[in-house]
Amino acid sequence: MYISATSVIRNQTVVHNGKSLWENKTVSLDDFLNGLYDSLAPEYPKFYKMDRLAKLGFLATEVLLKENAIKQYAPEEVSLVLSNAHASLDTDVRYHEAAKTSSSPALFVYTLPNIVSGEICIRHRIKGENTFFVSPAFDAALTAAYAEQVMAQSSMQACIAGWVEVMDSHHDVFLYLAEQSPRGLALPHTAEQLVKLYQ
Amino acid sequence: MEQLMSDLKKQIIEALNLKHLKPENIGDDQPLFGDGLGLDSIDALELIVLLQQSYKVKIDNPQDGPQIFRSVKTIAEYIRAHQTA
Repeated sequence: MYISATSVIRNQTVVHNGKSLWENKTVSLDDFLNGLYDSLAPEYPKFYKMDRLAKLGFLATEVLLKENAIKQYAPEEVSLVLSNAHASLDTDVRYHEAAKTSSSPALFVYTLPNIVSGEICIRHRIKGENTFFVSPAFDAALTAAYAEQVMAQSSMQACIAGWVEVMDSHHDVFLYLAEQSPRGLALPHTAEQLVKLYQ
Repeated sequence: MEQLMSDLKKQIIEALNLKHLKPENIGDDQPLFGDGLGLDSIDALELIVLLQQSYKVKIDNPQDGPQIFRSVKTIAEYIRAHQTA
């Protein structure tokens, strides 16, 4: 099992396979996300309806799969293993505040952390297993072990895994694409390697 | 009626986060769901909230929803018919 590609969104800077791709530190996080969407131009209007967690996961996946398309795999051959520290609390707080004056079904649907997984799966037609862990910090050992376990299923060819965290303006996203066959970066899929790539 | 439909288009774009659209992109008779504007079931709930909050109009029978929300024009007609002076 190999790591084919990585994407990082941190401090309003986007890094793809270790190389800086785009940054804008002079605007709010919301404007940064919309600007990154315009930069990538994926023509996916539903993006504007997403909460910040879903937008971060969506955009990081767009970057991740820029040169490593998973279209050669059947939807059932790709899995998703994500994690973060604050679950959907960033949106939970917004919904709690909004609910004092009015209800917002569109906001309510994002008050679960794994909705970001669903948005990524819909966008990239992923139908393999998807899991979302909540832990205090990125757990490279857990992520590596769980992704290995998921990929041990005979039909599984690729796995998108990593960390998608947001709370207020703080955000930290690290995603990687793991595949059975070496492609792209072709790095060994180990916890030690993930620790290096996450830093 | 024209003013109401114009207001509705702006409110729909704002409430449903349709930032890729401008009011002039939405036709009076254009279907809002399905192959039209592509709205979904969550958008329908947001429209119900919009009608209640902005126009004090409630939809008594949920089964009437598809007909009421067929287009901006049908929404405007429903508001006109049910809004209390």
